[in-house]
Amino acid sequence: MIRSIDVNLVSEQIKEMCIEANYYLSKDMNAALKKTEENEKSDLGKKILSQLQENLKVADKESIPICQDTGMAVIFMEIGQDVHFENGNLEESVNEGVRRGYEEGYLRKSVVKDPIFRENTKDNTPAVIHYSIVPGDKVKITFAPKGFGSENMSRIFMLKPADGIEGVKNAILTSVSDAGPNACPPMVIGVGIGGDFEKAALMSKHALTRSVEERSPIPYVQKLEEEMLEKINALGIGPGGLGGNATALAVNINTYPTHIAGLPVAVNICCHVNRHAVRIL
Amino acid sequence: MEKYIQMPITEEVTADLKSGDYVYLTGTVYVARDAAHKRMTEALEKGEELPIDIKNAAIYYMGPSPARDGRAIGSAGPTTASRMDKYAPLLLDLGQKAMIGKGKRSKEVIEAIIRNRAVYFAAVGGAGALLSKCIVKSELVCYEDLGAEAILKIEVSNFPAVVVIDSEGNNLYETVAKK
Repeated sequence: MIRSIDVNLVSEQIKEMCIEANYYLSKDMNAALKKTEENEKSDLGKKILSQLQENLKVADKESIPICQDTGMAVIFMEIGQDVHFENGNLEESVNEGVRRGYEEGYLRKSVVKDPIFRENTKDNTPAVIHYSIVPGDKVKITFAPKGFGSENMSRIFMLKPADGIEGVKNAILTSVSDAGPNACPPMVIGVGIGGDFEKAALMSKHALTRSVEERSPIPYVQKLEEEMLEKINALGIGPGGLGGNATALAVNINTYPTHIAGLPVAVNICCHVNRHAVRIL
Repeated sequence: MEKYIQMPITEEVTADLKSGDYVYLTGTVYVARDAAHKRMTEALEKGEELPIDIKNAAIYYMGPSPARDGRAIGSAGPTTASRMDKYAPLLLDLGQKAMIGKGKRSKEVIEAIIRNRAVYFAAVGGAGALLSKCIVKSELVCYEDLGAEAILKIEVSNFPAVVVIDSEGNNLYETVAKK
């Protein structure tokens, strides 16, 4: 049976998600910041972590976006293969949702029309949309606005198979170490290992939408996530890059089969304002 | 050490600031980021005057979210300062004394800081809602067409920041990394 979904419903949901994601962090992110403050050894680091939590309270109570960089709108749409969209163009409806969300939510319009000529589109469109077709008749929308302080510090490495897991560890540590204070630590690190060039990058971005409390179901990947978090927090970068042991809140790694000749590793860094909202239609 | 600083800021004051000091800034600060810096530089190249009074000025690298009715400004945290590295030395040589942002600076900027006895402050990145409470007034100066990148003149009151690079070139990010 084909299920019909009105594209106007998609617009409405996206609009709400733009606002929700930019004003409230998920429970796991709130809990992670609190726990990190308790464990922080640097006095200045502790102070910054307490300010970050105060910032979340002010954002919520006074309706001020958590961060002024309300991001480029990144949207993952998992569309059930039994779904049919009606009453318009799906992509346009997504952008209409972004347009309304950023306007009605007092969110910053941070998108320029051309990467070289750089004229602001004034409505934060277009969004970056990743579609996938999945079984079923539902649509899962994940809205993850991404700020560019941390996006700019993200990296991709086309390693050799011989580099192995040590090469992967080195790639992650190098990325975080180079990012330092620029990426607004404590960060969340999304990693994609395998696939090809763009699959690795996409996995690293998608990994950021996973709860920071949830570890990979693959035993060696889970171990790698835990080991990398420990090593990153031993770098000493700390909150705001001003020293301390809270450099990252979590390392989320996704993997995929790859080619006999390659070992792609993408590291997508997110700041402590790791935002996402999820709806299922 | 905690210090209370009046903006704009003179060389006598910057000379006393040490990397690692925790400061509260009060007074007038300009807001400009990427596109505004590019335009100011182009204006100078054409022999035109700058749209801001650069002498002893502090520039906050920031692009706020829109203000709700009755508020001075929206969310207003620092942006990554290194993107302004290409433009900063020229403005420092013209008299700018303070930069407020977050993240590392280039060798050229650090040299210009030392040469001009200036200072680089870091504000807490990603705390834009909280920091907006320390901005009591905001007015548009120019480049309105740039949207969030227009130049603003703001009044801050006890705005918290950390001295990262002082007038002698001591760099807190480096000190911390060496530990």
